[in-house]
Amino acid sequence: MMNCQQATRLLSDAQESELSLKNRATLKFHVMMCSGCRNFAEQMGTLREIAREYVKGSDAQGSSNPANFSDGERE
Amino acid sequence: MLKFATIQLRDEALAEDAVQEALIGALKNAGSFNRRSALKTWVFAILKNKITDILRKGQRLVEAGRPYQDDEEDGLETLFDTKGFWQVDERPLSWSQPMESVKTDHFWRVFDTCLNGLPESQARLFMMREFLELESAEICETLNITTSNLHVMLYRARLRLRECLENRWFSEGEKP
Repeated sequence: MMNCQQATRLLSDAQESELSLKNRATLKFHVMMCSGCRNFAEQMGTLREIAREYVKGSDAQGSSNPANFSDGERE
Repeated sequence: MLKFATIQLRDEALAEDAVQEALIGALKNAGSFNRRSALKTWVFAILKNKITDILRKGQRLVEAGRPYQDDEEDGLETLFDTKGFWQVDERPLSWSQPMESVKTDHFWRVFDTCLNGLPESQARLFMMREFLELESAEICETLNITTSNLHVMLYRARLRLRECLENRWFSEGEKP
């Protein structure tokens, strides 16, 4: 069976390009059995979403300019 | 922004120029923005383009072959046992409603801390890929590194980043 180190590596690589059929199959099997890697898989997508949000709101955080226009970006 | 530019360009003066130009470019058209957040997004977009341009033109800034060694000393191997399975206390937990977090300033401070905790080359590649949204192939070409080199560095960055976020944020319970 594929181990978690190999599985997480593939889950990261899958963010870059499509995996081979064989890799996808063994990965799917591993992830079904392993809650840690299942969570890891979900978090790969989350990290990417967080990065998008980071760029969107870049350095908006922490600035408390009283002349704020209404800022609906993170709502 | 400056920090971001500096890490990407590895040159403070160059980074300052890029940020300044981006700001000037944005201010010229500031009248057309009625939302501050939209303006910021836009400045950042300009900055991204500038950095990307500079990186594309300035390939020689990076000495080929030197900077992106796989760093085996970063302790990530200890996340797994000798057979390569998660150590019991390192096994990733489920994050509840992660995208709710991005609404809070506190989360972003934690995120910055975690990002700053990455080895510089990992942080740089992660930001190129995820913030500048460059494709893998383009990053490899620009920096003259191999795909497998890039992928292993991104893997390490993600392993470390998710661990840090989990320890410092998601397992602490979501802060108000």
